[in-house]
Amino acid sequence: MSSEHSQGHDEHHQLSWWRTYVFATDHKMIGLQYGITALFFLLFGFCLMMLMRWQLAYPGQPLPVIGKWLGSANMPDGVMLPEFYNQLGAMHGTIMVFMGIVPLAVGAFGNYIVPLQIGAADMAFPRINMVSYWAFFVGGVVMLTSFFIPGGAASSGWTSYTPLADIATTGQTFWIIGMVCLITSSLLGAVNFITTIIQLRTKGMTFMRLPFFVWAQFVTAFLLLLAFPPLEAAAILQLMDRIAHTSFFLPSGLVVSGQPLEISGGGSVLLWQHLFWFLAHPEVYVLILPAMGVIAEILANNTRRPLSGYKSLVYSVLFIGFMSFIVWAHHMYLTGMGTTISAFFQATTMIISIPSVIILTVFFLSLWGGSIRFTIPMLFALAFLPMFGIGGLTGLPLGLNITDIPLHDTYYVIAHFHYIVAPGTIFALFAGIYFWFPKITGRRMNDVLGHIHFWPSLICMNLIFMPMFIQGLAGVSRRLYDGGAEYAHAQGTLHLNVLISWSAWILAIFQLPFIFNLIWSLFKGPKSNDNPWESTTLEWATPTPPPHGNFVKIPEVFRGPYEYSLPGAKTDFAPQCQQIVT
Amino acid sequence: MWGLPDNAAAHGAEIDFVMLLFHILMLILFIGWGIFFLVALVRFKKTSHPKADYHGIRSHFSSAVEIAVAIIEIILLAAFSIPFWAKQVNAFPNRKDALEVRVIAEQFAWNIHYPGPDGIFGKTDIQLIDKQSNPLGIDQSDPHAKDDFVTINQLHLPIGRPVIIYLSSKDVMHCFSLPIMRVKQDIIPGMSIPVWFVPTKIGNSEIGCAQLCGLGHYRMKGFLTIHTQEEYDKWLAEQSSQSESSGEDSFWN
Ligand code: HEM
Ligand SMILES: [Cu+2]
Ligand SMILES: [Cu+2]
Repeated sequence: MSSEHSQGHDEHHQLSWWRTYVFATDHKMIGLQYGITALFFLLFGFCLMMLMRWQLAYPGQPLPVIGKWLGSANMPDGVMLPEFYNQLGAMHGTIMVFMGIVPLAVGAFGNYIVPLQIGAADMAFPRINMVSYWAFFVGGVVMLTSFFIPGGAASSGWTSYTPLADIATTGQTFWIIGMVCLITSSLLGAVNFITTIIQLRTKGMTFMRLPFFVWAQFVTAFLLLLAFPPLEAAAILQLMDRIAHTSFFLPSGLVVSGQPLEISGGGSVLLWQHLFWFLAHPEVYVLILPAMGVIAEILANNTRRPLSGYKSLVYSVLFIGFMSFIVWAHHMYLTGMGTTISAFFQATTMIISIPSVIILTVFFLSLWGGSIRFTIPMLFALAFLPMFGIGGLTGLPLGLNITDIPLHDTYYVIAHFHYIVAPGTIFALFAGIYFWFPKITGRRMNDVLGHIHFWPSLICMNLIFMPMFIQGLAGVSRRLYDGGAEYAHAQGTLHLNVLISWSAWILAIFQLPFIFNLIWSLFKGPKSNDNPWESTTLEWATPTPPPHGNFVKIPEVFRGPYEYSLPGAKTDFAPQCQQIVT
Repeated sequence: MWGLPDNAAAHGAEIDFVMLLFHILMLILFIGWGIFFLVALVRFKKTSHPKADYHGIRSHFSSAVEIAVAIIEIILLAAFSIPFWAKQVNAFPNRKDALEVRVIAEQFAWNIHYPGPDGIFGKTDIQLIDKQSNPLGIDQSDPHAKDDFVTINQLHLPIGRPVIIYLSSKDVMHCFSLPIMRVKQDIIPGMSIPVWFVPTKIGNSEIGCAQLCGLGHYRMKGFLTIHTQEEYDKWLAEQSSQSESSGEDSFWN
C-alpha cells in the first residue's frame, strides 16, 4: 500500500489541497482536524463558564468591559440575566461533553493513534471517517449559531429534561438538530473504530497484545454505538413534540402560567429521562476510558516497567463496558422510585465501582519498582491518579440513594464529576498531547513552559472544585443563577464562590503557556527523532511525522505492549515489532 | 455537623450517619493510596532507582483492599440504604395518624393545598384554574372543598406528627427540597408523588426547588414553619375561616 500511496505518483495523483487538508480521508489529518476543532470548543466552553463564574461570585453586579459586548438581550448594562445564565450553563455542559472531550479523546486521539498502534495503514473506512468529522463540524456550527437567534441558545440544562425543554425557546430546536449531527458523527466513528480494531491489526497483534489505549477505544466505540441511538431517537421525539405538537413527553393536564397547554397529552415525562440517561451514563465512561488508555501508555513508558496487571485492566474495562448499560437510573433515584428497582440500580452501581477501583489500583501498583522519569506527560498522568481517585470516591455517596437524597442536584455532584472530567480527563488529554506531539510534528515541546502549565493548573483545579464539595454538603443546589444567595442555608458557603471564580480565571491564564507552547514548538521546537521517549508500541516505529500510509514496511508484532526492562535485554525497552531483543 | 444543614427530622440522623461513614471510608482509602503514591514516587524516582524492576510488587495486599472495599459497599448498601428506602421512602405511616397536605409546584411558586378540618381534599379541575382567584382550580361545588384552603409558598406543620405531602406539578419538573428535613423529591408532571417525614424541631426554614425549572428557578423559594401543636391548631383555624369568607389569596394581588 505504501507504494500505491506515497511513491511513483505523477502530478495527477497528488491529492489536491482540498483533499489533503479539508475533505481529508487520512486518519491522521482527520485526527488533527478533530483535535484542533475540539480544543477550540473546549476553550469556548471554558469561556462560557468563566462568564457564569462572574455572576456566581458577584451576583447582579455588572461585568466590566466584556459585559457590554454581549448585548442587551443577555447582559443589559453588563448585568447577566437569568435567561442568559441558563443558556451558558446548558451550553457549557453540552459543548464540554459532546463537542470538546468526546471529539478530542475519541475523534482526535483515537483517530490518530489507534491505526498506528495496531500497525494499520489507515482506518477501515476512510471516507466514513471524513463524513464523521464533517457531521461533527456541522453539529458544532449549529450549536454555536443558536446563541445568535432570538431567545438565544438552549437553556434547559445539558440534560434537556422535558417538559421544560419541550416548551423552551427556539434554541432548544437548534440543540436537538446539533445533537443529531453530533450523534451521527459518533455513530459513524464508532463503526469505523470497531471494524478497524477487529480487522486491521497487523500480523502478530493479537487482542492480548493490544496497547491498553486501543482496548479503551474499542470499548468506548461499543458504548457510543449502542448507547447513542436511543438518545438520537429521543431527540427526534422531542423535536416532534416541539414542532409537530406531538406529546411523547407531555402528560395531560399541563397548565403553563395559568393557561392550559393545547396538547393531546398522554405522554411520559420520565421516558425522556430514561432514554437520556441510557445514553448519558455510558457517556461518562466514554469521557473517562480513553483518558485511562492514555494514562496507561504514559505510565508504562515513564516507569520503564510493564503495567502491574495488564489482564486485570483489560477485563475491568470490558466489564465496565457491559455494566455501564445497567446503571443509568442511579441518576433518577429521586423520581419516585420504589425499593426494588432502586436496590437493583444501587447494586449495579456499587458493582461497577469495583473495576474502576481495580484500574486505579493497577495504575498505582505499576509505579512500584519503576524507574520513574518525571517528564511533562508523566506529571499530568501522575496528577490524574489522585484527582480521578477523588472523583471516583465521591461517586459512592451519590450511588446509594440514602445519601443521594441530600446530595442530589447540589454542587457536590458538580464537584464529583468535574474531578473526573477536568483534572481527570483533561489532564490525561494534556498528557497525551505532550506525549505524542513529537510523533505528530517531529518536534518536542518546551519543558519549562510545561511546568508553568502543569503546577498552577493542578492547584487551580483543586481550588475550584474542592470548595464545591463543601457547598454541596451544605445543601447548595446547582444551576442557580445567583449561586444560592437567595437561600438561608447557603449563606455560610457563599464566600467560597469568590475563591472558586478567581481560581477559574487564573486557571485560564495558565493555559496560555500551553497554547503558546503548542504553536511555538510546532515551528521552533527542537527536532525529535522517531522514538524520543524510547517507547515500545508501534506508533513509534513509523517515520516522523508518519507519512500517508504510516509505515515504511508493515510491522510484525512479537510481544506484548509494555515490555520495559526485560531481564537480560541491553536496552530497557523491547519494541513490539522487534523480533530479537538485544 | 461538619457543614451539613441542621437536622430537624426524625429520619435525618440516619442519613447523616451513613454520610459520615462514607466520608470516613473515602478518607481512609484516599490517605492509604496517597501514602503509597508518595512513597512510590520518592523511592522509585529515576535518580534513586535507575534500573526498573520488571516484576514489581508481588504482594496480594491490593486484592485484599479491593475485596474490603467491596464488602464495605455491600454492607452500606444492604444494612443501610435498602432498608432505609424501604421504610422511609417506600412505606408510609397510617394516613389516619398523619397530616396530609398537597404541594402543587408551578413556575415559580409552591401552592400548598390543605384539606382543612375535614381532612379530605376537595376536587380540582384545570378548567377552573384562575391565576388570581383559584390557582389550583378547586371545585367549590364539592362539599369537601368548602373548608380547603391554599397558601402560597407557606408550609406550616406541627412538630412531632408524621406529615405526608403529595407532590405534583402544573407545568414542568420541579424538585421539592427541604434541606433541614433531609427531604428531596423530584416533582414529575402527570404524577402525584408522596413523601413523608416527622418534624422534630420548632422553627423556620426554607423550601427550595432543586430541579432547573426555568429562568426563575433560583428564586423559587418557599418557607417552612414548624409549630407546636397548639400554635398549629390556631393557625389552621385562622386560615380555614379566612378561606371560607374570601376564597382568595393575597399573594397574586
Ligand atoms: C476547569 C474547567 C471547568 C470549570 C471551572 C467548570 C465549572 C462548572 C460549573 C461551576 C458548573 C455548574 C453550573 C451551575 O450549576 O450553574 C458546571 C456545570 C457543568 N460542567 Fe463544567 N466546568 C469545567 C469543565 C468541564 C468539563 C471539562 C466538562 C466536560 C465533560 C464539564 C461538564 C459540565 C456539565 C455537563 C455541567 C452541567 C451543566 C448543566 O447543569 O446542565 N465541565 N461546570
Ligand atoms: Cu451514571
Ligand atoms: Cu422549580
